[in-house]
Amino acid sequence: MSAAHGILPLSLREVRFAAGGRNLIDGVSTEIVAGPATVILGANGAGKSVLMRLMHGLLQPTSGKIAWRGQGEERVRRGQAMVFQRPVLLRRSALANILYALELARVPAAGREAQAMDALREVGLAEVAHRPARVLSGGEQQRLALARAWALHPEVLFLDEPTANLDPGATREIENVIKAFDASGTKIVMSTHNLGQARRLGDEVLFIHEGRLAERAPVDQFFARPASPEAAAFVRGELPWV
Amino acid sequence: MQTQTYMAEIARIVALSLGISLSAVLLAALIGLPLGAAIAVGRFPGRRTLIVLLNALMGLPPVVVGLLVYLLLSRAGPLGELGLLFTPQAMVIAQTILVLPIIAALCRQSVEDAWVEYEEQLRSLGAHGFHAALTLVWDIRFSLVTAVLAGLGRALAEVGAVIIVGGNIDGVTRVMTTTIALETSKGDLPLALSLGFILIALIILLNAAAHLIKEAAQRRYG
Amino acid sequence: MGLTRLLLVLCLSFSVPAEAQQRFITVASTTSTEQSGLFKHLLPLFEGKTGIQVRVVALGTGQALDMGRRGDADVVFVHAKPLEEKFVAEGYGMRRFEVMYNDFVLVGPKSDPAKVAGSKDIVTALQKIKAAQAPFASRGDKSGTHFAELELWKAAGIDIARDKGPWYRDTGSGMGPTLNTASGMNAYALTDRGTWLSFKNRGELVISVEGDKRLFNQYGVILVNPAKHPHVKMKMGLAFIDWVISREGQKAIADYKIGGEQLFFPNADGV
Repeated sequence: MSAAHGILPLSLREVRFAAGGRNLIDGVSTEIVAGPATVILGANGAGKSVLMRLMHGLLQPTSGKIAWRGQGEERVRRGQAMVFQRPVLLRRSALANILYALELARVPAAGREAQAMDALREVGLAEVAHRPARVLSGGEQQRLALARAWALHPEVLFLDEPTANLDPGATREIENVIKAFDASGTKIVMSTHNLGQARRLGDEVLFIHEGRLAERAPVDQFFARPASPEAAAFVRGELPWV
Repeated sequence: MQTQTYMAEIARIVALSLGISLSAVLLAALIGLPLGAAIAVGRFPGRRTLIVLLNALMGLPPVVVGLLVYLLLSRAGPLGELGLLFTPQAMVIAQTILVLPIIAALCRQSVEDAWVEYEEQLRSLGAHGFHAALTLVWDIRFSLVTAVLAGLGRALAEVGAVIIVGGNIDGVTRVMTTTIALETSKGDLPLALSLGFILIALIILLNAAAHLIKEAAQRRYG
Repeated sequence: MGLTRLLLVLCLSFSVPAEAQQRFITVASTTSTEQSGLFKHLLPLFEGKTGIQVRVVALGTGQALDMGRRGDADVVFVHAKPLEEKFVAEGYGMRRFEVMYNDFVLVGPKSDPAKVAGSKDIVTALQKIKAAQAPFASRGDKSGTHFAELELWKAAGIDIARDKGPWYRDTGSGMGPTLNTASGMNAYALTDRGTWLSFKNRGELVISVEGDKRLFNQYGVILVNPAKHPHVKMKMGLAFIDWVISREGQKAIADYKIGGEQLFFPNADGV
C-alpha cells in the first residue's frame, strides 16, 4: 500500500490555528511517521478534529509549519485519504461513488471499474454495488466511505471519529476494515472517543489537551502509566466529554 | 366550426406560450445553474455584493426588461441587424433575462447550503472550485427543480416583456398572457377568463409534476 | 432523461429561424384597427394571393409612426393625416396613399344626462356635455382617436386642457380599456365604430351621436423609406400597398362587416 518513496513523515512545527479570537491549536510540534497506527485522543473541544484537518490540508495553520516529505503538491494530496464522522456520499450508486473518486485521482478509465469492485469486495459491499449509496444503512455508508478510500491506495488514512454514530455491530465491521488498512501498510491516523477502540486499533497515542500536545506514548503505556496529570484525568474519565 | 377554429387557436396560443417559456427557462438554467454554483463555492472580492445584487435582480420588472431588450433589438439599436424584434426568439431572449437571476440566485442558495455538508469530503478527494460546484449541482438536482419551476412560473405569467418585444402579432407572437391582455381590453372577458384558467391550471400541473418527481427521486436516491 | 430530450427539441425548434422560410412584412398599425377585426378578414386574402405573410404590430398611432421612423416596420397603416403627412415630409415615408375611412361615434349612457342622444351634431353635443358636466372618458394616449377627439373639442370652441373638470377622465389607455372605463362609470366616450361593434362589455352604453361628417376618420398607408432604412422590404411592402388600394383590396375592405354592418369605406384614389 505505501509507496516506496512515500510522503511520510509529516512534521508539524509550532503549529497554531486561531479562530474566533482563540487558539484552537496552540503550538503543536510533532512528527507523524510511517508504521504505528496513531490514535489522537482528547476531551471534546481539545482540538482533535482541527488538528486532523490541519494535517490533511483542509485547514491552513495561522502560524507554524506543516510539511510532508517533499514530493510535490499533487503526490502529497493523492497519498492521503480521509473518512469523516458522517459519511458524505453522492446521490449515485455505491460503485459510482468510488468511480467518482478514482476519476478525480486520474486513474486510467480502463481499470476503474475493476479497482472499484475490488474495494467494495474488500469491505463486503460487493452485492450492493448498484444500490443508491444514500439508501444504505449508516454502517454500510461508512464502509462505503472506507472502500472509497481503499480504492485510492493512500499512504495515509485519516479517520475523524469514524464510528461515533454507529451501533456496536457496525462499529466492529468498521474496525475490521481499519485493521485491514493497517495490515496492508497504510498509515492510520485516527481520532476517537472510544477508549476501547483506541486500545484495539492504536499503536501509539497523541493526547491533545486545550490545543497542545500534552503527551505522546505507546498505547499500553498511555493507559497504564499516563505521564501528564491531564492524561491521567482523561484516562480516569474525569475530563468532560461534552 | 366556430368552436373548432376557436379551440385550434387556443391550442396554438398555449403551445407557443409553453415553447417560449420552456426555451427561456432551459437557456436560463444552462447559464444560471453553473453561475449560481460558482458563486456559492467561490471566494472572491465583491462576492457579498454580487449575491445581494443577484437576489435583487430576481425582482426585475418584466416591462423594464422588455423595454431594454426592445432598445437592443430595434433596427435603430445595436443589435438591429439581427432582425429579431417582434419574433418568438426576441421573446425567448427577454424571458431568459428575466428568469436567469431567479434560477442563479436560488441555485446559489441551495448549493451554498449543500456545500456545508459536502465541502470537506470533496476537497479531501481533490475536487476543487468549479468542478466541485458542478458535482454538487448534479447531486442536488432534484431540489433545484424548485428553482427551475420558480423561473418557469415567472416566465409563463409575465406579459410586460413579451408584449413589448413580441408585438403581440396575431399567429406569430401572441401568447396566453398577451392574449388575455388583448381580449380584456377588447371587453371580451369570457375568452380572457378561459385562457386565464388554462394558464393557472398549467402552472398547478407543472408544480404537481415537479413535486412528484422530487418525491420519487427522494425515495430512489435517498 | 427522455423529458430532457423533449425539452431540448422544443427549445431548438425556437432557435431555428423559421422566418427564413416564410416571406413576410411587418406593418405598424393601430390597436383600434386591429381590434375591429379588419386584419383578420383582409390579410388572409392578401397572403393567399401573394404568399406574403403580413405581421401587424398594433400600437397607438404615434407609436406606430415611431416604429416606422426607427425602421422596425416596413409599412405604416394609421389614421392621422397631419401626422402621416409630417412623417412623409420628414423623409421617413415614401408616399401616402389614402385607403379607406371609418367613422367615430359618441357613445354614452342610456340615461343620457347631457341630453344629446339622437343628434347628428357632434360639436353641439360636446358643448352640452361640458355644460352638464356629464362624465366623459378620453383615451388621453396621443392616439389617432385621441387626436380626433381633441380636434372636435377645439371645433366646439372649448379649450379642454384648460377647462376640463373632474367630469373629464383621462384614462391614458387604448380604446378597449377606455370603453371599459366608460362602461364602468356610465360616461360618454368617443370611439371608432369598429371597436364599438366588437366591444362586448357595454353595460348601459349605447350610441348617442353618429353621422356627423366631422366624425369621419381617414386611413392612410405609407411605405417606410428604404433610403433611410435599407433593410425595409420594399418589393413586398409595395405589393401590399398596391393590393390594398387596388379594386380587389378595396372590395375586400368594403366586404368586411360586423353584424351585417360595414365598418370601413374604401376611398383610394382612382378606384
